[in-house]
Amino acid sequence: MNVTRGFMGRPRVHNPGLPPGQYDAGEDWPVLSAEVTPDLAAADWSFSIDGLVERPHTWDWDAAHALPASAYDGDIHCVTGWSKFGVRFGGVSLDAFLNVVRPHVSATHVIAASHTGYTTNLPLADLTGGRAWIVWEYDGKPLPSEHGGPARLLVPHLYFWKSAKWIAGLTLLDHDEAGFWERNGYHERGNPWEEQRYSGD
Amino acid sequence: MAPATGSGAPAARFAVPGRIAVSEQAAAVWQTATLTEIRRETPQAATFRLAVPGWAGHLPGQHLMLRLTAPDGYVAQRHYSIASAPDGSGHIELTLDHVPDGEVSGWFHTVARPGDTVEVRGPLSGFFAWPGDRPALLLGAGSGIVPLMSMVRHHRGHGLTVPLRMLVSARSPKELIYASELGAETTPVFTRSAPQGMAVGRLAAAHVAPLLAEEPSGGWEAYVCGSNGFAEHASRLLVAAGQPVDRIRIERFG
Ligand SMILES: Cc1cc2nc3c(=O)[nH]c(=O)nc-3n(C[C@H](O)[C@H](O)[C@H](O)COP(=O)(O)OP(=O)(O)OC[C@H]3O[C@@H](n4cnc5c(N)ncnc54)[C@H](O)[C@@H]3O)c2cc1C
Repeated sequence: MNVTRGFMGRPRVHNPGLPPGQYDAGEDWPVLSAEVTPDLAAADWSFSIDGLVERPHTWDWDAAHALPASAYDGDIHCVTGWSKFGVRFGGVSLDAFLNVVRPHVSATHVIAASHTGYTTNLPLADLTGGRAWIVWEYDGKPLPSEHGGPARLLVPHLYFWKSAKWIAGLTLLDHDEAGFWERNGYHERGNPWEEQRYSGD
Repeated sequence: MAPATGSGAPAARFAVPGRIAVSEQAAAVWQTATLTEIRRETPQAATFRLAVPGWAGHLPGQHLMLRLTAPDGYVAQRHYSIASAPDGSGHIELTLDHVPDGEVSGWFHTVARPGDTVEVRGPLSGFFAWPGDRPALLLGAGSGIVPLMSMVRHHRGHGLTVPLRMLVSARSPKELIYASELGAETTPVFTRSAPQGMAVGRLAAAHVAPLLAEEPSGGWEAYVCGSNGFAEHASRLLVAAGQPVDRIRIERFG
């Protein structure tokens, strides 16, 4: 351990919900996109799933909202070090979308792409079983555009760069392909509990 | 916008620069950095010079991750942009704003002294990097000038002729970081108080328009850095002035 002279850190209570190396951002919700926030109206938003699926499909705003509603109540963790506790997002479980397109058994990975061209990769298993959502509400209100509104992907058990803002679609693959930050040195999977921040972690 | 069909990925509307590779090895390793010098920049900001013997080098605009460790094992880590140009000196410089009650910046501003050690890993993020190859239009506010200054220093240090212009917003002249080093490439914008004869106000379309009017051939690569509020404001001004969205890179400090 490399103790820093005179550094005590803030007085703190042990918080079992805080992954290693993270701090509680409290009310703050920092914005960390690399691109210009797009002007994307709900009416112009669409979400597609294609690649290794039996029936590729595209939903528009109303079609996505016709799927059974599902909420996430819990925590989120950003690779830059902040975590946010007790956040509530509303949308639809990704399982509901995947049930429609029916993934091939050969599908192992996913590339998520946003309406801005941002991409991020995920193992398919991280998106199924009630662990991922397409969300359009935050705290009961429409998701603000700088946080990915009208709709974003939500994969709260991984670092938040995996939860692509302004989500446009998923492409199912039988191999892993790095996305935007992953090509820029970030970890392939990004599990906050294992501190998978950068390639090599 | 047309619904995305065929591939899940619509045509990219923002730049994914394949041209800058980030060394994965360098990013993975924590290195000990020794503080060698502290220079005051403004009442709120100071520059911290660090000797990092194993530093792999960086490109202007990149940042690093820094961590401090308490005796009980508690670790605080934050991102900091690299202020110095790559110079092979075995040293890098960071410039930190003293954030009220800030855990890490507070330690730097009130405890740190030459000889202290901290840990760093990096450099990180090739996205915001500028190797000096394309005309660069830099827009920063507050400590958001830090990675942009690395670009300006790099440009000067190598006598580059590729066009480079910087617009930097500060509350007042005395809060303008690196004031004495800024030259003809820089236009300061003061939001609270300005020297006699200079306007006070927010960065506006009128500041951006002349720079886009004198656009170099091939166009500007725009780099925007600062708080999220500034980043949103400045990037919207650029888009409104005609700068293509895929030629705007943004570094948000939170
Ligand atoms: C890519 C990137 C590059 C950056 N580059 C720079 C740079 O070059 N220069 C620079 O100055 N900054 C930079 N930053 C910002 C930097 O990372 C830190 O956020 C900043 O220094 C504040 O950290 P801190 O530990 O001092 O403050 P923190 O302790 O994080 O506090 C920040 C604020 O939150 C409040 N707060 C947070 N947690 C608590 C708590 N538990 N209890 C009470 N209050 C709390 C504090 O009161 C304070 O107002 C950069 C950020 C990013 C993402």
